[in-house]
Amino acid sequence: MAQAFTKTMARNIFYGGTAFFFLLFLALTFDSMGQLPNRDNRAALEGEFGPKIAMGKILWEENDCIGCHTLLGEGAYFAPELGNVYTRFGNSTDAIKGFIQSRPADGIPGRRSMPQFNFSAEELDALAEFLKYVSEINTAGWPPNTQG
Amino acid sequence: MTYKSQSVAKLYFIAAIALFAAQILFGLILGLQYVMGDFLFPHIPFNAARMVHTNALIVWLLMAFMGAAYYLVPEESETELFSPLLAILMFWIFLVAAGLTVAGYLLVPYSTLAELTGNDLLPTMGREFLEQPTITKLGIVVVALAFLFNIGMTILKGRKTVINLVLLLGLTGLAVFFLFAFYNPTNVVLDKYFWWWVVHLWVEGVWELILGSILAFVLIKVTGVDREVIEKWLYIIIAMTLITGIIGTGHHYFWIGTPEYWQWWGSIFSAMEPIPFFMMTVFAFNMVNKRRREHPNRAATLWALGTAVMAFLGAGVWGFLHTLSPVNYYTHGSQITAAHGHMAFYGAYVMINLTIISYAMPLLRGRNAANSNKSQIWEMWSFWLMTIAMVFITLFLTGAGILQVYLQRVAENPQPFMVVQDQIALFYWLREIAGLMFFGGLVVYIASFFVGQDEPEATVAQS
Ligand code: HEM
Ligand code: HEM
Ligand SMILES: [Fe+2]
Repeated sequence: MAQAFTKTMARNIFYGGTAFFFLLFLALTFDSMGQLPNRDNRAALEGEFGPKIAMGKILWEENDCIGCHTLLGEGAYFAPELGNVYTRFGNSTDAIKGFIQSRPADGIPGRRSMPQFNFSAEELDALAEFLKYVSEINTAGWPPNTQG
Repeated sequence: MTYKSQSVAKLYFIAAIALFAAQILFGLILGLQYVMGDFLFPHIPFNAARMVHTNALIVWLLMAFMGAAYYLVPEESETELFSPLLAILMFWIFLVAAGLTVAGYLLVPYSTLAELTGNDLLPTMGREFLEQPTITKLGIVVVALAFLFNIGMTILKGRKTVINLVLLLGLTGLAVFFLFAFYNPTNVVLDKYFWWWVVHLWVEGVWELILGSILAFVLIKVTGVDREVIEKWLYIIIAMTLITGIIGTGHHYFWIGTPEYWQWWGSIFSAMEPIPFFMMTVFAFNMVNKRRREHPNRAATLWALGTAVMAFLGAGVWGFLHTLSPVNYYTHGSQITAAHGHMAFYGAYVMINLTIISYAMPLLRGRNAANSNKSQIWEMWSFWLMTIAMVFITLFLTGAGILQVYLQRVAENPQPFMVVQDQIALFYWLREIAGLMFFGGLVVYIASFFVGQDEPEATVAQS
């Protein structure tokens, strides 16, 4: 048995297996792309708030929010999940804006604190719309509860 | 050292170790910020320190991979490197780009860095692990292409071995999948879907090819076992890696808006991902047991065996722990993830690089085969200190994670994130203490390059 299994056979399993499963992965990806329109809330992106959401995502990225928070469970684990913050804050964009706006510039003694970013009213609006958009993605029931 | 041009590897290894030290220093800052929230605030906020910690990790691992390739490809090909000059030039470009990027993270607010580097022209910043300014990313692509060209030409003109081929495949895959870092649509689901083509297809795909080939190279050298045997193992291991790991990407597609069938595909295939890691462990121990010679570099053999064990524990066991979708539903994005991330990165990619450095550095520094006994003893002490510290870091984070998941997601009255964090602070303190032990191990590691230099080389102990 051990002798019958040659290096050439091992090599062929590597190339054949890789090619097969990579193609299968591409096929699954193709199928997923077809299903996403029903799940990924792209209607919001194409709607009236689309440009705002796009601006919000850029702001999300250019301030590295992901460096402390998770978004749909991905990111850093230092601060709360934000994929569902819109629902956690009672479906209110105003509550989100109020929170971001009210962070003390020098932090809170002894405790973790979010920086004060000094966003303009327009920027706050964009971020809140972005977070609302994310909260309406179909995530198969995750997170388990509103605490995220 | 058989070929003069192998010496370029030394630069890469030294810079890698320096960045490793920076990574750990910032890890300690992060760990302290976990329990003393206002530490360095607002000058170095958590996210800035985290970027330095994770990006320094990635860059030093890439540097060490390149060093490994520059060392082992000429030896395997039995020819000089195609262009040592290009390798040296690319080293300095890479190092300066990395230095400037880290300075940018620390000296100006991230949004200013984004503005200064024209992120709006091609927004790629602000995604986990891919925080580098777009121009830095372009720099990485240039360096990677020049590197691949150099390595590829060397292989073309020389002997073609399986180790070289697998290494080249892995490095090419690394460069190809990095290109997805430039795809950043507004649609968050699409963004996340292809972000994993960089992150997952790296660590659970092409990087494992690099890992396997470096391990195979060192095992051939230290055990003298027949190349045919080792190459057959290598093929089978990497076959299992890609057969399970490519579709295993699905374990990240459970809750990000992707279709629910991924809960099946992702769970089943990723549950098999520990197999190649287990095979690696069996392989390494088997080869060492069947060794045909005693190599005087005992430290390198220890690192090689350590890699095989710790990669299996960190990636295989701790990965399996949370990879089935019903479990991941509760553990997703918690301290359990952090526990696994630490042991997997350390066990697989830190340790394989320390293995090749341990094997190659004495030769690059003019020894015949190994360092002095004294130097090796220091190095082996650092192996145990760092490895045991990492085991404790992982255990403490796992403890924190279990409590976090229970209090925040399972208990009858789920509590808010920050309230839960306060209750598990003890585990974060313990993690920080283990982190200090890791740092101590790193100091001993660096010291091992300086002690016992004027003592004679270790020889094979006759037992
Ligand atoms: C002194 C030891 C260390 C300490 C105290 C430490 C601390 C930390 C902290 C606090 C985080 C951020 C977690 C969060 O996002 O909330 C982190 C992230 C990370 N660290 Fe470390 N670290 C240490 C060593 C290491 C080592 C040796 C490695 C690699 C081998 C490593 C790899 C990582 C990775 C990959 C992440 C991102 C994790 C993820 O996204 O799940 N760290 N570290
Ligand atoms: C050496 C190989 C590996 C490395 C370096 C590694 C590293 C990591 C890191 C850093 C993360 C966190 C990513 C983030 O920040 O979102 C992660 C997530 C994950 N890894 Fe691994 N991993 C490896 C292998 C594996 C294997 C073999 C499995 C399965 C058996 C696995 C299962 C998972 C799962 C399920 C997650 C998602 C956790 C979550 O939902 O939050 N990993 N891995
Ligand atoms: Fe993964």
